[in-house]
Amino acid sequence: MDEIFGIPAPLLFGQLLLGLINGAFYAMLSLGLAVIFGLLNIINFTHGSQFMMGAFVAWMLLAWAGLGYWWALLLAPLIVGATGVIIERLMISRLYKLDHLYGLLLTFGIGLMIEGVFRNEFGSSGLPYRIPNELQGAWDLGFMFMPIYRGWVVVFALACCLATWLVIEKTRLGAYLRAATENAALVQAFGVNVPRMITLTYGAGVALAALAGVLAAPIYSVNPQMGTNLIIIVFAVVVIGGMGSILGSVITGFGLGIVEGMTKVFWPEASSTVIFVIMAIVLLTRPAGLFGRA
Amino acid sequence: MSIGTTSRRSVIAGAAATAAWGALPYRKASAQAANTIKIGVLNDGSGMYRDISGPTAAACARQAVADFGARGFNVEVLVADHQNKPDVGSNIARQWIDRDGVDVLLDVTTSSVALAVNDICREKNKVHLNSSAATSDLTGRACTPNTIHWTYDTWMLAKSTGGAMVRAGGDTWFFITADYAFGHALERDTGGFVRAAGGRVLGQVRTPFPGTTDFSSFLVQAQASRAKVIGLANAGSDTTNCIKQAAEFGLTRRGIKIASLLMFLNDVHALGLQTAQGLVCTETFYWDLNDRTRRFTDRVRAAMAPNMPCMTHAGCYAGVLHYLKAVQDMGVTAAKASGVAAVERMKAMPTDDDCFGAGTIRADGRKIHPSYLFEVKTPAESRGPWDYYKLLQTTPADEAFRPVSEGGCSLIRS
Repeated sequence: MDEIFGIPAPLLFGQLLLGLINGAFYAMLSLGLAVIFGLLNIINFTHGSQFMMGAFVAWMLLAWAGLGYWWALLLAPLIVGATGVIIERLMISRLYKLDHLYGLLLTFGIGLMIEGVFRNEFGSSGLPYRIPNELQGAWDLGFMFMPIYRGWVVVFALACCLATWLVIEKTRLGAYLRAATENAALVQAFGVNVPRMITLTYGAGVALAALAGVLAAPIYSVNPQMGTNLIIIVFAVVVIGGMGSILGSVITGFGLGIVEGMTKVFWPEASSTVIFVIMAIVLLTRPAGLFGRA
Repeated sequence: MSIGTTSRRSVIAGAAATAAWGALPYRKASAQAANTIKIGVLNDGSGMYRDISGPTAAACARQAVADFGARGFNVEVLVADHQNKPDVGSNIARQWIDRDGVDVLLDVTTSSVALAVNDICREKNKVHLNSSAATSDLTGRACTPNTIHWTYDTWMLAKSTGGAMVRAGGDTWFFITADYAFGHALERDTGGFVRAAGGRVLGQVRTPFPGTTDFSSFLVQAQASRAKVIGLANAGSDTTNCIKQAAEFGLTRRGIKIASLLMFLNDVHALGLQTAQGLVCTETFYWDLNDRTRRFTDRVRAAMAPNMPCMTHAGCYAGVLHYLKAVQDMGVTAAKASGVAAVERMKAMPTDDDCFGAGTIRADGRKIHPSYLFEVKTPAESRGPWDYYKLLQTTPADEAFRPVSEGGCSLIRS
């Protein structure tokens, strides 16, 4: 059997694919962060909790209302997105004129509180959530056994990333959003309701986090800390990609998923640190990130 | 002049009166402190081990105090979150002992934190009553005259769950190990049993702790090793994530056995019976084991909802109860003066409580009681919430734990 760096080639291909799948989660989460930072200039530290809320809402819909995965995929982002709109209107909107640090502290605090409430209510062990029947099973790819659900995650995440990019870069609404980022007063003078647009943008970013949460619920333990574990990595992804760069965050998300996957094969103990090492190197050589504008 | 004298006198008298006034409550307070036993519950209050320790452990400690009743001294229970970080845990332990006069460090989840706190308790001559850390080193090479390891340890888990897997034909193993003291100890102890039974360990992978969410890469590596058994030398959401993802990747359908070496009732609850059914695990307490365990659970349940007590919580209850009996026996002053003396008295007295029944504490600090190998019920077998286990096998108390001569504890003269 062919070997690459002492690892059988089929195993290595399998690990590449798994890395890509994890990258799909990083991409979806960093996409939401990038949209929020790019248009609102807010570093949304509540993002991890909103990802967790997405998974919990999926569980609640199933346990309390009998609505399964496909309904959750539609409703959870709407519900969690609505809570995001309320948070933006009541609190975050008061901080736009202040330094970034205030927004960071506020969203970090809100995130801790949300996590605490869920921990008190549901404990830390987690809740069961099964893969929907339609996506059960696996494909035998020859070099590995590929669960259908993971394939679905990659395809769905790519579609979401592409759709978001198209909306922001290629539509009139996206043009308004980008213009408002450059000069809000001028855009408002043309009759566009900028505050409402910003509120809805925050809601959409939060909805993306919740959507990733629903995608994660069947394969990761649905517990209050699930967002905390992921969000620090996702922030590193956003920094490496370039704060606010949508395409950068997507490409970096998938790329770093693969790098992390490879590290899990060659040096498993370092797999949780490798992304931060890359972040340090990128910040030293390109402070604006790989795709950011200096 | 006279006015001045009078004034000076009144000032002195006033100052004396104030001092006396101030000293009265102080004396009262210090007398009260001398008659108060302080128990500090130091565990994970916000992370992945919260449900197997956390506030439920504190509720069990308080239940023990209530069940012990008023016997002429006061007992105060303090609680803190060490966030699974040895440095945070050490700081809290030192602060509690030096500033707040805490006499007992209770529970101390997470082996790395427990080993750090273990040294502090020895240095300060306080009692370390450990329930939920797993490393067998606490009664082995890291044993101290101040420590009692109550509930379980990695050797006991390795013998019960690991031994059962080997007997069932699982002679080749691959470990997925949490990369810290606990995971290393569990892998070492289980590997010992596998090799002793003529089996082989084909490999292992050390996963960063905490912070690993996706184990699929490690599971695929384990599968590629062609081992018959994948040993999970981890706990909490690491274990539940591994089991969930092993099912997703069809490992169990391909005949690979998953050895959940440390799995608690709360983990089964998190997985759901659909996913967890058929898995085996070892605990030393189960709420539905007998009348006494059911009575205990009824008493304590209201204070811990929605959680349910598992063995580590039971260990906190039983440990505190036994400690308080020793305090009553030797007197509060002597118990507060020396942790070593209190632990010696605890070792000299037989134990008896609703959770573990009658038992003893060995010279190396190991609490001795039976261990139970359980199989997780199928959804059809379960009669309701938390009815998850059926008993497969009981290992008697004298065989459940590592023989005292093999641990390498310095307290034991060979």
